[in-house]
Amino acid sequence: MRHTISVLVENKFGVLARIAGLFSARGYNIASLAVSETLEPAISYMTIIVEAKDEYVLEQIKKQLNKLIDVITVIDFTKKEHVDRELILVKVKYSAKDKVKLESILNKYLAKIIQHKADTAIIEVVGEQLQIKQLLEALGQFGIKELVRTGRVAMAY
Amino acid sequence: MIGADILLECLKREGVQVMFGYPGGSVLPIFDKLYDSDIRFILTRHEQGAAHAADGYARATAKVGVCLATSGPGATNLTTGIANAYMDSIPIVAITGQVKTFLIGNDAFQEADITGVTRPITKHNYLVKQTKDLARVIREAFYIASSGRPGPVLIDIPVDVQQQDVEFIWPEEVDIRGYKPTLFGHPGQIKKAARLIAQSKKPLIYAGGGVITSGADQVLREFAEKIQAPVTMTLMGLGSFPGTHELSLGMLGMHGTAYANHAIMESDLIIAVGARFDDRVTGRLDAFAPYAKIIHIDIDPASISKNVKVDVPIVGDAKNILGELLEEIKKLADTTSWLKTIDAWKKKYPLKYNADGKIKPQYVIEQIYEATKGDAIITTEVGQNQMWACQWYKYTHPRSYISSGGLGTMGFGFPAAMGAKVGCPDRIVFDIAGDGSIQMNIQELATCVCNKINVKVAILNNGYLGMVRQWQELFYKKRYSYTTLYNPDFVKLAQSYGAVGIRVTKKEEVRPAIEKALAIDNTVFIDFHIEPEENVYPMVPAGEAINRMIGGMA
Repeated sequence: MRHTISVLVENKFGVLARIAGLFSARGYNIASLAVSETLEPAISYMTIIVEAKDEYVLEQIKKQLNKLIDVITVIDFTKKEHVDRELILVKVKYSAKDKVKLESILNKYLAKIIQHKADTAIIEVVGEQLQIKQLLEALGQFGIKELVRTGRVAMAY
Repeated sequence: MIGADILLECLKREGVQVMFGYPGGSVLPIFDKLYDSDIRFILTRHEQGAAHAADGYARATAKVGVCLATSGPGATNLTTGIANAYMDSIPIVAITGQVKTFLIGNDAFQEADITGVTRPITKHNYLVKQTKDLARVIREAFYIASSGRPGPVLIDIPVDVQQQDVEFIWPEEVDIRGYKPTLFGHPGQIKKAARLIAQSKKPLIYAGGGVITSGADQVLREFAEKIQAPVTMTLMGLGSFPGTHELSLGMLGMHGTAYANHAIMESDLIIAVGARFDDRVTGRLDAFAPYAKIIHIDIDPASISKNVKVDVPIVGDAKNILGELLEEIKKLADTTSWLKTIDAWKKKYPLKYNADGKIKPQYVIEQIYEATKGDAIITTEVGQNQMWACQWYKYTHPRSYISSGGLGTMGFGFPAAMGAKVGCPDRIVFDIAGDGSIQMNIQELATCVCNKINVKVAILNNGYLGMVRQWQELFYKKRYSYTTLYNPDFVKLAQSYGAVGIRVTKKEEVRPAIEKALAIDNTVFIDFHIEPEENVYPMVPAGEAINRMIGGMA
């Protein structure tokens, strides 16, 4: 099962390697990882989506993360009210005759074309996982040529 | 002050009196300052020896052990010793030289990314890129290494950082916002534990290395006597409770005593203190301690419910928590009938061996025990020698059994003995070795002789890699694949280094040889030609429940 964890860490070189190394050394899986600076430049914020087969594994992951000296706080969103969002870019085949159909899909999922040339369009959407999943399914009919995702970021209420 | 001066000044302020290590191109500025320093420096003959010596020193003295090596191969040679200290939670600080900061990442001569290499085997590590950070980093390193669940910390210092001149500022306080070990147990958890203890008719204390680390041996004894519970120890926990005490069950696990393992399987309450339910202890997990509730006292929250599900976890320092539990416990259940059952097991399944006219390794260790009046510091290598040393020497004090527990590092015992002897010059230090293991760091003979570090080494020489051979005998149809050793003449070898060698081929020579070795003011190798195919029993085959012991006389 997938769980969303956020980790506040010291913004120093090598910290990402420590986190990534911990996951690989102990056989945990990272589904996605987003890292950036916070308002305080000395601290970075990581949102990690982890695969854990049960709550014991999840518990171990959190404890092991907490043991790292450079980790300041670990927040598990599993049982916490929170929002999460992901930004994706999708490149689809595009021709003028599809325009109406495509636009109605984009409107439905709050997505937009940010660039289009001759036969391709790049579409951007920021949203929840379900919304992204449904959008991708709907876009399937046009032929998806490329897909890039940022990974989720999360915030508690 | 230049970086090298700052380093030595900080080490002195941290109370470092001795370091083990080896020079090289990237630590020349440090060695130049060491030349005039009053810190004792012990030049080993291999960096691995330095790391193990620092480890042995730390285990024997409860201080932080320090080792020093150059960049590249010097640093990578430390890694086995660092990993060893990591697995056994031993506080060492490893200092390595690094190529100049502007060369890092260029595949420079003798460059290795040692902070990258040691990331998974250190509690923490540092690459110091600016001399102004050095004092703070050293202060933090010693604090991290020795507090909470201790462990090794590595500090990698580029040559130019050692050379640069900056103002020296000693940081009075250490404040690391991501590192705040929990020292005192949660009062609610302590109350819960006390209730379980009050109801238990078959309690069992399972004591590990954490008892020794926290200095909780005295309070553990009070606690065990108060609740009238037997105590079994892990390999790392030997000495945390007197092996001669009537409540002692000795070691548990794969080569533990039958009565300790039976006690685990019958107990209704296991009180684990500073132990981590290692697979060599638990055997088959789903069959472990089927009737027991478990209280787990440990300073490392990640050790709790990692392998075995725990009923009452208490995170904190063992000494504090046991003290708090003692206060909390008022009325108790009667454990007399449980102690009687255990006594019957002790009589029915004692540790034993066939004491015939040959030199049995168990006999050798019994004789060392008697000759040293149970008061020596015993170090071991890894394998049969280690298990016999667990079974046949009774440790009455903490920090008197020094052995590679988690990592199982052959070649640990001799340099560790060296470190222990440097830290405790008035104690007898005996390395119980095998003929295989001793050859893995035998170069340290030179270090011992040159520095007059008089350790005694008992080589239980069976001409085999004995423990592997035992598994091949029992589980691989006696196909002794590459476990037969052709050995040097250990007596002449010791002599060639300026040490003393004694060969023992008859049983009646065993005790006189030990007495003679103890009387000699030099490092002594005693080459005991033991019964070659003697096995360690009892034994729980890997993956079996721990009361499914096989074999031999037990």
